[in-house]
Amino acid sequence: MTGGASHGPLGAALRLVLPVALALLAGGALLAAVGVDPLAYYAHVVRRGMLTWLGLQETLTRMAPLLVLGASLIVAFRAGVWNLGVDGQFLLAAVTVAAAAPLLAEHLPGGLMLAAGFVLAAAVGAAWSLVPALLKAYRQVNEIITTLMMTFLGVGLANTLVKLAFRDPGTTVAQTRTLAVEDRLPRLFDTIVTGGLPIALVVVVVVHLLVTRTAWGMRLRVVGASPKAALHAGLAVPGLTVAAFAVSGGLAGAAAAIEVLGVRGLVQADWNPAYGLTVIPFVFLARFNGFAVIAFTFLFSMLSIGGESASRRFGVPHYYILVLVGLLLVFLALVDYLGERRRKAAA
Amino acid sequence: MPASDAGASVSRDAAAAPVVALRSITRRFPGVLANDRVDLALVPGRVHVLLGENGAGKSTLIAILAGLQQPDAGEILVDGRPVAIASPRRALDLGIGTVFQHEMLVPTLSVVENLALGGGPWWRRCRRDAAAVRYRAVAAPLGILIDPDRLVGDLSLGERQQVEIVRALWRGGRILVLDEPTSMLAPDEIGALGRLLGRLRERGTAILLVTHKLDEAYALGDEVSVLRGGRLVGRIEPEELARLDRDAAVARIVRAMFEETGAGDPIVAAEGGRAARRRPPAPDAPDVLRVEGLSVAGPDGRRVVEGVSFAVRAGEIFGIAGVDGNGQKPLLEAIAGQRPASGRVWLDGEEIGGLAVPARHRRGLRYVTDDRLGEGTIAQAPVAEALVLKRIGEAPFWRSGIVRPAAIEAHAADAIDRFDIRVPGPGTPVGRLSGGNIQKVLLARELHGRAKVILYNKPTYGLDLNNIRQTRGRIRDGADAGMAVVVVSTDLDELVSLCGRIGVMSRGRLVGIVDTDDGDGDRDGGGARARIGQLMIGMPVR
Repeated sequence: MTGGASHGPLGAALRLVLPVALALLAGGALLAAVGVDPLAYYAHVVRRGMLTWLGLQETLTRMAPLLVLGASLIVAFRAGVWNLGVDGQFLLAAVTVAAAAPLLAEHLPGGLMLAAGFVLAAAVGAAWSLVPALLKAYRQVNEIITTLMMTFLGVGLANTLVKLAFRDPGTTVAQTRTLAVEDRLPRLFDTIVTGGLPIALVVVVVVHLLVTRTAWGMRLRVVGASPKAALHAGLAVPGLTVAAFAVSGGLAGAAAAIEVLGVRGLVQADWNPAYGLTVIPFVFLARFNGFAVIAFTFLFSMLSIGGESASRRFGVPHYYILVLVGLLLVFLALVDYLGERRRKAAA
Repeated sequence: MPASDAGASVSRDAAAAPVVALRSITRRFPGVLANDRVDLALVPGRVHVLLGENGAGKSTLIAILAGLQQPDAGEILVDGRPVAIASPRRALDLGIGTVFQHEMLVPTLSVVENLALGGGPWWRRCRRDAAAVRYRAVAAPLGILIDPDRLVGDLSLGERQQVEIVRALWRGGRILVLDEPTSMLAPDEIGALGRLLGRLRERGTAILLVTHKLDEAYALGDEVSVLRGGRLVGRIEPEELARLDRDAAVARIVRAMFEETGAGDPIVAAEGGRAARRRPPAPDAPDVLRVEGLSVAGPDGRRVVEGVSFAVRAGEIFGIAGVDGNGQKPLLEAIAGQRPASGRVWLDGEEIGGLAVPARHRRGLRYVTDDRLGEGTIAQAPVAEALVLKRIGEAPFWRSGIVRPAAIEAHAADAIDRFDIRVPGPGTPVGRLSGGNIQKVLLARELHGRAKVILYNKPTYGLDLNNIRQTRGRIRDGADAGMAVVVVSTDLDELVSLCGRIGVMSRGRLVGIVDTDDGDGDRDGGGARARIGQLMIGMPVR
């Protein structure tokens, strides 16, 4: 329940560097096998993902919603609530805020409109987590199943809404009305990075501190670690479960607001980036630590931005990046496991 | 040992040499000594009953015999030769078949298909016809007449158990281990099981029957061993058991189960003097804890605690005896506020029945649970956090909801010092501590501050002698300091040595309260023990 590993900084660094090296090696072998120079490919990915000014900005932009989804999962997982339905919560919130923002913009000044958009998105995300939350809290129904089912429903409902109720009558493709660029989240200085990034960073850090430094966070962790011990200590287990769900769902909604209000300005039918599922393994590898989530999210965003560019240059489909990420996860878990075994053997 | 003891219709042609002998078997788990130098012998044609409460170490012993766990020390002899039962397969090869408490059959397969499972290499088809022949060869002599083509899911619980017994003997088993075989059976099925065991006995099978029911021990057993806290504390030889009639035998088993610890519990003997010196609370001491008509509903809606009333005065240690699972734990949980209950509870004259756990804790009502690692603490949590687990959000450990690590650490350092908790540091996870030290963490937490009432559930279960002594010392010190103490225990010696009055629980009711001071001045509690034993098994008390 303490999170972070309890060994020296050197061991921690090794635990991170070794799997990355192994993943690059294995991925490189794959590239070589299909006739692509792995060194050139990697160099391009890294350069395009973070060493060029534009690439870095794109990477940072991609990070923002992922970070907030990471925060959402930290809250849930620490409370022992396996909210695997963040994508449904995200998408419904995205559709709602995309439909509402242009309307709100007609009546509210900029800052207020954006704030209202965030509140609305968070409320929708939280509401969509309510059914699994109540079932888990009061009927002990497995939330993994219910949240996945609610995502299934949520994605379908979001699509239906875009195609019917929220559809922009002025276009032929099924999509919501577009939020004017000047009404979106302000950009930072002269970059394409929006205010979503600082918001997201603050959210992750605040959530991290909330969980590790406050009484509420401790209660959450106790419930997550042992509901029996929580009951013994007199904690209101059902209430905390519902609260963890609500915060998690609300943050998933906020992530959608960052993406829609900051970057996209609209939602098209059948759009489903499945960010939540992408983030889940990183949150686990980060051991629910907010700062580690920031690092992993940056790494993934960099790879995916660089990979998209490399796919045009080298003809390697950008799905290859997912292969690389998959390899990285396997090696991270493997190194972690071996390290744990060594630690146990030493003890 | 003479092979000709009377009574039993047992073929004793095979000499009474044990087919399996456990010697000084010891098995440790984090925090618990599950088996402590246990000796046990199984003789062909005899039913050896192993009696013990939940948590006495019976399941561990079965797991060792079944090859599921390895002892940390001691040796197992089969046919006089030391063996290592490294796997369940090895156990079967040695002829040891086990019928576990939880069913191990596939309900959607037929009887014979279940039996054929695992019979050969995985790539080979199950030979159902051969299995059916084998089934008749094994089952018929035992009087088991279940159609081998019936689905297991359609069988009654008793029939399923018969199939499990056939399976245990499938590969020529000579030793049958039965874990709580009657717990799920209807009365007539228990009779059938008894007859089946009789036939097995005649055929020279050595049987280990594990149970916590006294009457079964008499009805089915040839000899009895009693396990408590991982140690073998009582033993009735077959000759002795065969001599006794029913009542005498049950009384003897009660004695073995609850009293016969002279050798096993040196602490009580050593402490006899101190126990006697503990003066009874002043007669005019106020009732600190009063419970009236407390009832608790179990998960299925049936009442697990029914109309319990008692009061405990300042400075008094009130014991609650009873066979495990008769409502003691839910009663304590209800008083602590962990479980919804009807009835009323007063603390120092204030009714607290409506308060939640933290409020009761703040008012001085403390509960030391018996599930130390699973419920009392969190294995991964540092000791320092475990010590404030019931005070989350309270000053000085949290201010405005923000944690004060320094205050928690200082508190932990103080508790570690005062309670002599052996731990590398306050940041060490509780799960790495020994059972005795985990108990000290709980004691430090519950005794901290102004404690007025302390509820102990099996406070010394699973501890080593030194920690038992220390824990009992803490319990007495608390009472001496004017707290009202309630101790639930299944160890009568412990209760007699600690308590002035002992209530007995049976089927959720407080069926009687016995004064341990029987007037002869020695406070050995001899008369009290007998009365408690009778109350526990539902006999009328004079």
